[in-house]
Amino acid sequence: MSAIDSSLLRPRLLGRATVNAVVAISVLYTLLPVLWLVLAASKNRDALFGSDLLSLSDFSFLRNLEDLFAMDGGLYGRWYANSLLYAVLGAALGALVSVACGYAFDKYRFRHKEKLFGLVLAAVMVPQTVLALPLYLMASETGLVNTFWAVFIPVLFNPFGVYLGRVFSRGYVPDEVLEAARVDGAGELTTYVRVALRMLGPGLVTVFLFQLTAIWNNFFLPMVMLSDQDLYPVSLGLYQWNSSASVSPEYYPVVIMGSLLAVLPLILAFTLLQRFWRSGLTAGAVK
Amino acid sequence: MTTTTRHRVPAGTPGATAPAPSASGPRARRAAKRRQLTACGVLMTPFFALLVTVFLIPVGTAVHLSFYSDDQPGLGFGPERTVFVGLRSYAAVLTDPTFLSGLGTVALYCLIYIPLMVVGALALALLLDSGVVRLRAFAQLGLFLPHAVPGIIAALIWLYLYTPGISPVIELFAEADITIDFLGIHTVIPSIVNIALWSNLGYNMVVFYAALQAVPREVIEASVVDGAGPVRTALQVKTPLVRASVVMVAIFTLIWALQLFTEPMLLSQSSPMISARFSPSMYIYDAAFTRNNYSLAAAASVVLLVCTIALSYGVTRFTSRADVSQEAR
Repeated sequence: MSAIDSSLLRPRLLGRATVNAVVAISVLYTLLPVLWLVLAASKNRDALFGSDLLSLSDFSFLRNLEDLFAMDGGLYGRWYANSLLYAVLGAALGALVSVACGYAFDKYRFRHKEKLFGLVLAAVMVPQTVLALPLYLMASETGLVNTFWAVFIPVLFNPFGVYLGRVFSRGYVPDEVLEAARVDGAGELTTYVRVALRMLGPGLVTVFLFQLTAIWNNFFLPMVMLSDQDLYPVSLGLYQWNSSASVSPEYYPVVIMGSLLAVLPLILAFTLLQRFWRSGLTAGAVK
Repeated sequence: MTTTTRHRVPAGTPGATAPAPSASGPRARRAAKRRQLTACGVLMTPFFALLVTVFLIPVGTAVHLSFYSDDQPGLGFGPERTVFVGLRSYAAVLTDPTFLSGLGTVALYCLIYIPLMVVGALALALLLDSGVVRLRAFAQLGLFLPHAVPGIIAALIWLYLYTPGISPVIELFAEADITIDFLGIHTVIPSIVNIALWSNLGYNMVVFYAALQAVPREVIEASVVDGAGPVRTALQVKTPLVRASVVMVAIFTLIWALQLFTEPMLLSQSSPMISARFSPSMYIYDAAFTRNNYSLAAAASVVLLVCTIALSYGVTRFTSRADVSQEAR
């Protein structure tokens, strides 16, 4: 082995350097724009246009932060709270609904099951833009348009979560455990809540994170449904502020600072829940 | 009932897999079956209620709307009359040059974006899996970071990086005497591709990396013993073994790419190169909410839906046929 190594040492060293260089450049490509956002958030408006980015002479991070929450009567705080509500509550509820359904697909047998599952998979393919107009019309008929529910109810629907739920249920919940619970005379739903759900934990967290990201990213649906600024999520609010920035440039620093703060919750979620989604992602990717 | 569920049967106990005591006859078994189906129904109902209300009915409505048109005499105050117009809306959409150019734009976008994304993410995953990369955990986290940046904010960051006067990138090019307009007529699609690539590269890399981790080590050792170098091992041994993930990533990337909306919508605030009907999704939005032409928007939606399904189906068929020929070889 060592003989082979030494004869190939020179080209291998070269290869090693190339591989590391390619990876390093890719990491710079992904990190630098985020770094720019951090630096730009600490600039005042004049420094943003013009002077170089790294000078600390006009450091106004706290000033921008203050401006952000004061702008338009504190709308940003409102948007942030809305986004958290839509995303955290929506993802938690949505993940529970999807995983329960995926579990049922895995553990129970009934007629036309695979056809029904095919329908669920087909739903994954349907673009959101196709559903938006009919959803808008339905919401305006029921008087829900421009309310919290018009955005909250559609985002609960996560067919890919059902697919993942089925995969996780097959991987994490052995049929023997259910048989044992049945022999013990436990009810089906009790078994699900007390035994299976605990085993499905990592899968549930994975689906939760997927959906949290999707809802936090959601832009099209709120744009269609909401006209009341007080109900906006951060994404739509920043979009609107950015469109005002071309006319009134005092919006630029707050849009940048607002973007920086809007990135934090997902980073926090991914870091805190790292242990779960890593194992979850593996299970989802392999099968 | 509640006391017995707490009782855990140790895994591997022979009794654990045994069927229920024989005292339960066919009637008891039928009752058990019924209880199971009830539980199954309870677990599935919330999801299927959502599926019907926010998926089936809207899709049905979109198809229905595309065949009818609202005639509202008297500026919309008169009684609404819905008239069957057959395929007229489809004809209108498919002969509308702005819709066709939107389709062309998305086709071009997909042709650049999807190969770059799949090849780039797979290449990075293979490099990270090769074991020669230093600080691998840090590299992975760095690559993954943009996934935590919402799409609209990724578009915002890049919009600023494309804006002369703010962008350090343009300044850097200017110092080398290169003037570059990232939002010009030829650069706007590559600029959008770049935003999407930046956002999703790391995520797909992690998916591929997870799949590569599941490749049995013996297979790789065997190929090394057979004299395959690291490059050959990566391309001819590892890559075919993660086909399933490659297909999955390709299909999801395709579905998302066809919906192209957020990035051009944001960039359109600053670039005259992006019209209000730049992509099919923007066309639908424009038709429905700017022009209030619901039947036109619905017909465009159905066309987009059919394209999405046909292309996804095509990719699945194409790759499964490739699978068969691979096995025959």
